[in-house]
Amino acid sequence: MPGNILGSEDIILSATGIDKVFPGAKALNKVNFQLGRGEVHALLGENGAGKSTLVKCITGAYRRDGGRLVLDGVDIDPRDTFEAQRLGIGTVYQEVNLLPNLTVAENLFLGRQPRRFGLVDARAMNRRAETLLAGYDLDIDVKAELSSCSVAVQQVVAIARAVDLSGKVLILDEPTASLDAHEVEMLFAVVRRLKTQGLGIVFITHFLEQVYAICDRITVLRNGQLVGTREAAALPRRELIAMMLGRELGDEIKTVAKAETEEGPVRYRFSGYGRRGHIAPFDLEVRKGEVVGIAGLLGSGRTETAEILFGAEKADSGSAEIEGKPVELTSPRAAIRHRLGFCPEDRKVDGIVGDLSVRENIALALQARRGWARPIPRAEQERLADQYIKALDIRTTDREKPIRLLSGGNQQKAILARWLATNPEFLILDEPTRGIDVGAHAEIIRLIENLCEQGMSLIVISSELDELVAYSHRVIVLRDRTHVSELVGEAVTTAHIVEAIAAGEKQGASR
Amino acid sequence: MKLKTALASATILAACMFGSAQAADLTVGFSQIGSESGWRAAETTLTKQQAESRGIDLKFADAQQKQENQIKALRSFIAQGVDAILVAPVVATGWDDVLTEAKDAEIPVILLDRTVDSSEDLYMTAVTSDLVHEGNVAGKWLVDAVAGKPCNVVELQGTTGSSPAIDRKKGFEEALAGHDNLKIIRSQTGDFTRTKGKEVMESFLKAEDGGKNICALYAHNDDMAVGAIQAIKEAGLKPGTDILVVSIDAVPDIFQAMAAGEANATVELTPNMAGPAFDALAAFKKDGTLPPKWIQTESKLYTQKDDPMKVYEEKKGLGY
Amino acid sequence: MNALKPHLIRLAPQFAVLVAVVLLISLAFPDFLKLQIQNGRVYGSLVDVLNRGAPVALLAIGMTIVIATRGIDLSVGAVMAICGAVAAASITSGHSLVYTLALALAVGLLCGLWNGILVAVLDIQPIIATLVLMVAGRGIAQLITEGAILTFNDPGLIFIGSGSFLGLPMPVVIWLVFGIAVTLLVRRTALGMLIEALGINRRASTLSGVSTGVLLVAAYVLSGLCAAIAGIIAAADIKGADANNAGLWLELDAILAVVVGGNSLLGGRFSIAAALLGALIIQSINTGILLSGFPPEFNLIIKAAIIVLILVIQSPRIRDLAALFGRSESAEATVKQEAK
Ligand SMILES: Nc1ncnc2c1ncn2[C@@H]1O[C@H](COP(=O)(O)OP(=O)(O)OP(=O)(O)O)[C@@H](O)[C@H]1O
Ligand SMILES: [Mg+2]
Repeated sequence: MPGNILGSEDIILSATGIDKVFPGAKALNKVNFQLGRGEVHALLGENGAGKSTLVKCITGAYRRDGGRLVLDGVDIDPRDTFEAQRLGIGTVYQEVNLLPNLTVAENLFLGRQPRRFGLVDARAMNRRAETLLAGYDLDIDVKAELSSCSVAVQQVVAIARAVDLSGKVLILDEPTASLDAHEVEMLFAVVRRLKTQGLGIVFITHFLEQVYAICDRITVLRNGQLVGTREAAALPRRELIAMMLGRELGDEIKTVAKAETEEGPVRYRFSGYGRRGHIAPFDLEVRKGEVVGIAGLLGSGRTETAEILFGAEKADSGSAEIEGKPVELTSPRAAIRHRLGFCPEDRKVDGIVGDLSVRENIALALQARRGWARPIPRAEQERLADQYIKALDIRTTDREKPIRLLSGGNQQKAILARWLATNPEFLILDEPTRGIDVGAHAEIIRLIENLCEQGMSLIVISSELDELVAYSHRVIVLRDRTHVSELVGEAVTTAHIVEAIAAGEKQGASR
Repeated sequence: MKLKTALASATILAACMFGSAQAADLTVGFSQIGSESGWRAAETTLTKQQAESRGIDLKFADAQQKQENQIKALRSFIAQGVDAILVAPVVATGWDDVLTEAKDAEIPVILLDRTVDSSEDLYMTAVTSDLVHEGNVAGKWLVDAVAGKPCNVVELQGTTGSSPAIDRKKGFEEALAGHDNLKIIRSQTGDFTRTKGKEVMESFLKAEDGGKNICALYAHNDDMAVGAIQAIKEAGLKPGTDILVVSIDAVPDIFQAMAAGEANATVELTPNMAGPAFDALAAFKKDGTLPPKWIQTESKLYTQKDDPMKVYEEKKGLGY
Repeated sequence: MNALKPHLIRLAPQFAVLVAVVLLISLAFPDFLKLQIQNGRVYGSLVDVLNRGAPVALLAIGMTIVIATRGIDLSVGAVMAICGAVAAASITSGHSLVYTLALALAVGLLCGLWNGILVAVLDIQPIIATLVLMVAGRGIAQLITEGAILTFNDPGLIFIGSGSFLGLPMPVVIWLVFGIAVTLLVRRTALGMLIEALGINRRASTLSGVSTGVLLVAAYVLSGLCAAIAGIIAAADIKGADANNAGLWLELDAILAVVVGGNSLLGGRFSIAAALLGALIIQSINTGILLSGFPPEFNLIIKAAIIVLILVIQSPRIRDLAALFGRSESAEATVKQEAK
């Protein structure tokens, strides 16, 4: 293999012939993976390719069914993640796995607090926490509750803890999925620093720009098989995508001009709609077949806007109209009755019902709307499930598999299917492409465009501005929980959005 | 519930205080455990009746099963300067302080129905029944009733480990000792309840050849006997004839069963603990006679010959 | 047949345990399996198990649903006492049987509604919310019976406790019919799935339009209804309402039945049939202990030991271990298939 250019003394972690079988599926088939010292190594592949599974086999979260693991020249067989940590392998997941209501320092030293006379020495702990975080250029109050920090800071705290505990290998499984561009930069600075310290870093992501920005080598998996390991610099993007998908991808994002915005009648009108402490009152109009994009930094009120439109949070001011008739959208149920749908951002907490099957998860919203007394016949549920598994290419062994066993991206697609199955007229998508692979990404964007051609109205929240620009007729920019500007038609460009987001940092809110 | 009882007891207290205060020559405080069983309700009723018939002004306090409430009640009795205090202690320990306070105030304290672990000079006397003796009376009756014929006995014990269960078993076994014609073949706990009495009796009947092997049942309380009688009937046997039934407590329902010929004998645990207590108190107030430290109540045996229907009518109204 | 197969697989462990317990008892006591017809009704220890297990079985039906919603209902024992007391009080004061039953059931529903509102509307943790009625309920029942056992002689009410239908004791008929009815209700409609969704992820279910609040209240109301029926049976059985002892600690047996039935206390997937098997397992152990003739001091120890054994056998770790053998085979099978 052209990628294997490292001498054996430079290799810190080597996995050879890793096998992992789940009932009904072979998730990993003789996968080889080699991580060098001071290297950032991307692990890429479609949703369900086996990336997380490989990582879990390395960290002992799963027992591998075959293969060898060598860390620093020594064979290892970690029984659980704690053992892996002791051996030197730390992991940070997409969902921060810390305790939100403990302080930053407590989170850093949980289970190994410095003690004095048998009691936790809080002062020493805080001091050590400050020194530790200073090494990451992070100057925060370590006595503050973790939940009061931004997700990015939490992510860095998680990394600091993992590195401090382990110190040889750091595995990052989609750590950037919920970060904005600025925060990603901050994270990368940390990663670069660790790299110079000689750590081997595994980086899983679906953002290919990030791969090229920071990674030295790339290993691609497909259907549990190793496709290959390459130098990042020598692997053009197009080729990389072909490796991942096993086929060429057309235009990743269709940047051609979207269908003409029909100046049709306004179908949904929200006036002075807001909720104190969540989102300042705003006016919003959505036409039939229109895609309205929502942009803004994390915490700018994007999700809050979605929740209030859908009735997940009750508005305490303003009014809503559908086709001129006033409506009360006071609960998700009411919203669904008016044919709204909402695909939430945090799929684990707000989306999936883990122990239920893929079929049941897809049928859930439709069933809820029909009411308990009119069950969807089993055959019909199966038809629905099969239809969407096929349409959205949800990778699962069968539709009866509990959804929690699906890979992250495939869970995301199943939630989307849940809403499409209700045949909504107005769909709110909060980060619909998060954690979704390049191939599916393009599919979902095509889907959004198709839906709006069929006359559906959409609101799409996304941190990926290119994408937003590609399909939105209009983009609303949020800052500090306030709708600050609205870009229409020609004005919808990445540059304009960035400008609008940044404007507040120079001047106050403008409209 | 609490509120209502509290209100009720407050009304009683008020009635006592303003109603007959001048007429009475003695004021006595009574701290009752609560009303967790029919027997206890009857004890409360009888204590009030006894006080009234003697012209004693009774201040009643229901402790809702809590010692702290009892201690509070005792302190308030002391503060009011009552002439004597009756207390049915909910637990045996933790009484030293408040009893010393009563002693310092020179208020005699009489324990009803249960005793405490405090030193004997902290209270005047304790009026209780003798649990071992009760079992003994029941056993003697059975020995006489079978008159030397062989007889297999099954026993329904009280709650495992409770002192009535231990003592009533002991007394019964003592009475049977030396009478080899009587044999306890099965002994299980029925938790003093009807439901369990019935369930356990069902299993005894199954285990002993449909009950043909059983000649008598001894139950540590009447409630279990009442449940067991139903089980015997449902198994197609005649309680009282095919299987003799003897139990303890003498609650009204067992007299109904006796009247119907379904139970044979019961030993009374009298709810009238206050009568002997008031007698001792009257003697003490008259000429300072100190009663013995323990006044044992009578454990009276009732059989089908004692006109059970009449006793039933008498007991019915007591709140059992 | 194919549709039944997953259900049979689900119930297999509980069934196996029940059979094992019954066989164990009949080894020590061969007459355990003997059934005979006497006065037109089936008579034997197995019938006793079904009959004595009725209250816990009924409570387990409601408890299964409540636990599926990720809740727990500690008040069922006390509600039994209340409803038994209400029934006894009503019948002794001369009301008709129909009125009495309706009243007692209504009181049970009301108790359930109270719990449901505390949990669903006021968002109080179920264990705390139902503790209120658990503690206060017995007091309420005592207030109704005035501390005594309220006996009655109404043949109609007594029939519910000790009558028989088609040779089976009425309590058995009642819990069987009620169990089947509730199972059909939740499985033939979408209720079952919606309840499971609610128990697994309440927020996601709410966002999907499931009326989680209403469902939660309904679960506790059902549990109250089950407790009411159980309370009526318990009172009818002894021809009297014993406020102090009716249903005492049965909430724990009901929870145990649900767990022995392999249902997770964390909510979600549930099986009423399995919980009913769990109730029968517990009652078999109880009856077996009574038949064994051991001194009563050993009752609880024996029961605890057997139940611990059952739970250990059911624990995921042990199941993983057992699956280890099965899995290596299936892995080979997959590999072979791929080789083809
Ligand atoms: N515990 C499990 N039981 C059964 N199947 C599983 C389990 N965990 C993962 N799988 C399956 O293994 C395959 C690989 O999953 P994995 O989570 O490794 O994918 P991934 O590459 O991380 O995808 P994504 O980019 O969507 O996160 C998927 O098809 C998934 O359904
Ligand atoms: Mg993954």
